[in-house]
Amino acid sequence: MEFLNSFILITNYIIIPGLTYGSQLALGALGITIVYTVLRFSNFAHGEFMSFGTMSTILLTWVFIDSKIKFGTFPTAIIVLPLSIIFTIIYCLLVDKFVFKFYRQQKSKSVIALIVSIGVMFFTGGLIRFIIGPGDKNFMDGERFILKAKDFKMLTGLDEGLTIKSTQGVTIILTILLVILLFWFLNKTKTGKSMRAYSDNQELALLSGINPERIVLITWIITGTLACVAGTLYGLDKSYKPFTYLHLVLPIFAAAIVGGVGNPIGAIIGGFVISFSELLITFAYKKFFFYILPDNFLPDGLLQILSTDYKIAVSFIILVLVLLIKPTGIYKGKIIE
Amino acid sequence: MQDKQHIILLFLSMFILIAFVGFFQSWNLALTIFNLCIISSVMSLGINIQWGNAGIVNFGVMGFAALGGLANIIVSMPPTAKAWDAGAIYIIIGIIIFILSIIFSILVWLKSELSKKKKYIINFFLIILGYFLMRYIIDSPIKAIEAIEPAKTGYLGGLDLPVIISWPIGGMLAALIAYVIGKISLGLRSDYLAIATLGISEIIIYILKNEDWLSRGVKNVNGLPRPVPYEIDLQSELWVLELTKFFNIPVSEISSIIVKLSYSCIFLLILIGILLLLEIAQKSPWGRMMRAIRDNEVSANAMGKDIKTRHLQVFVIGSAIIGIAGAMLTTLDGQFTPVTYQPLRFTFLIWIMVIIGGSGNNFGSIIGGFLIWFFWVQSEPLGLWFISQITAHISDTNIIKSHLLENAAHIRLMFMGMILLITLRFAPKGLIPEVKR
Repeated sequence: MEFLNSFILITNYIIIPGLTYGSQLALGALGITIVYTVLRFSNFAHGEFMSFGTMSTILLTWVFIDSKIKFGTFPTAIIVLPLSIIFTIIYCLLVDKFVFKFYRQQKSKSVIALIVSIGVMFFTGGLIRFIIGPGDKNFMDGERFILKAKDFKMLTGLDEGLTIKSTQGVTIILTILLVILLFWFLNKTKTGKSMRAYSDNQELALLSGINPERIVLITWIITGTLACVAGTLYGLDKSYKPFTYLHLVLPIFAAAIVGGVGNPIGAIIGGFVISFSELLITFAYKKFFFYILPDNFLPDGLLQILSTDYKIAVSFIILVLVLLIKPTGIYKGKIIE
Repeated sequence: MQDKQHIILLFLSMFILIAFVGFFQSWNLALTIFNLCIISSVMSLGINIQWGNAGIVNFGVMGFAALGGLANIIVSMPPTAKAWDAGAIYIIIGIIIFILSIIFSILVWLKSELSKKKKYIINFFLIILGYFLMRYIIDSPIKAIEAIEPAKTGYLGGLDLPVIISWPIGGMLAALIAYVIGKISLGLRSDYLAIATLGISEIIIYILKNEDWLSRGVKNVNGLPRPVPYEIDLQSELWVLELTKFFNIPVSEISSIIVKLSYSCIFLLILIGILLLLEIAQKSPWGRMMRAIRDNEVSANAMGKDIKTRHLQVFVIGSAIIGIAGAMLTTLDGQFTPVTYQPLRFTFLIWIMVIIGGSGNNFGSIIGGFLIWFFWVQSEPLGLWFISQITAHISDTNIIKSHLLENAAHIRLMFMGMILLITLRFAPKGLIPEVKR
């Protein structure tokens, strides 16, 4: 019984939040990785693309709620997601047309494209704050919980409760679906294969008749979709504030690099590595040991490795460690000079 | 000759812009902008020597500036006497033990001939052991120190020296940390280096925000001493009162103008000093070598130049300059507030200054610093004016109009992004291009 209690405690405070946050990071990191492999630059504007997607979701949610369109207890934000994905893709394509395309044609160094993406980041950030304002927005509606702690305790008779928020359930399910779809596209379809060929060797791909403009178009479609979904899920789970998305870029980059930039599987693994290490390192293990250790062995203190204030800093520490020990990441990624 | 005229013209128009603020808004505001412009210019000089001369991408400006700010506390605040009784020495011992464990594990890594796997395991346990030993030693003194009058002190305090000493100390502190960062991360490729430095600067800010015993964390350190007189003292001086009669403006205003002018003079001296040193460095064989390394690493290496050491050198120098600027900024503010260190304002804005001014040209960085800071401050009223002009024909009760007016301040982010993108596209060399030598 005691063992079960400690297991539920870990599930409630580490496994489920870790899976949720990890999924959000993984989706973000996938977007960064795909831009990096195909278009060959580190896109610092990705966080703002996510923010843009979330903003369109929020605006559409308001429109739907205003016109009294409801879908039972299902969150409206998920229903409007396809529409806001389209808006995000259009925005990405516009940015590409007016900004990134020029540097691609010039064959500029990747550092220059990186600095350009900072310009895009500023512009998009300003645009978003101008449209929706800098304040906190909560746009979650419908049923809040899939499983409540009280119900769980009643059902099992355990001391520890297990809570699953519906945002957590939606995040995990949607991520699984999207990742399956993405991998099917990259590995099985002709377009996906030509995209991988293009990222492996541009010249050879051009020689074999692959249309580069089409590849770029598809890259932005995928990136826009991933950014919009990742942003919306993060916003649903933790409430939306334009400011936080700027800070989200670094954990996402950390996830992409830890997994190995340029490797989609790596990006997903990296997302979960980051999210779980954040939680494991800042979790107070006192209650956990309370269940499994005999009473007189219980030490004082919270048994925390690092205080919770350092939660986000953990991802940077891991990033720096990985860059030092193994810059290519867990799965060897692509190195672009 | 053409170049010199071009530079003088740019600086003249910049001063006219600031003078406009003086005439139409207030001289107080104009001097505030001017002082911050100088500090921004010093920071962009630091980035310019790294990026413009050596091609190193340093996104850690925020961290180095904050370290400069920390130097202010360490140097100039009075020490908290009770903190030293409460066991402050144990904190220092604990940190030294942790650093020793890291140094020891580096030695193991470099010197021992064990297999790589064994080294990983040994190092892992060494660092873990060092960390927990440190925590065991420092946890209770930290608690004790943070409990000493938390509303007023609750931290170690400083050395009670004149604040102006903290500027070079801030530079040295930043240089020391930059040496460690550079040593471990300069081997990385450019965009990895960018992300690594950005991440490390965030870690520095997190430490400053949360280690209350060191910097009071989010409770801020207020009332830092000043290198210039206080307004209150000035107001009773005779010559100030005479000036008041002469210019016919209130005494409170004239005293704060005098304070700001004296800051401007000190800052200008430092700016000119750093500029001179950098110009000499750029013209020297050292500067030529740095540019050679930037333009072609392989052939510079073939000529026998030690690229890693040179990169480290320039990284440390640039970061030290940023540290000095950060210390100046905190002194000017009179308080240390870790929450205000945002990458947008401290890292990316400085980069925009360097790019727009012209990377590789010191005068360019200065004019970039002036221009961008000026518009960063002034685009708020400009944006408001712009929005109220285009919405002039809409009635005041309209929701869209009030919403637009409310969010007009955020136009400046869009504006900065636009300036950067347009410069990169149409004038990638910036306002004052690098001199061809």
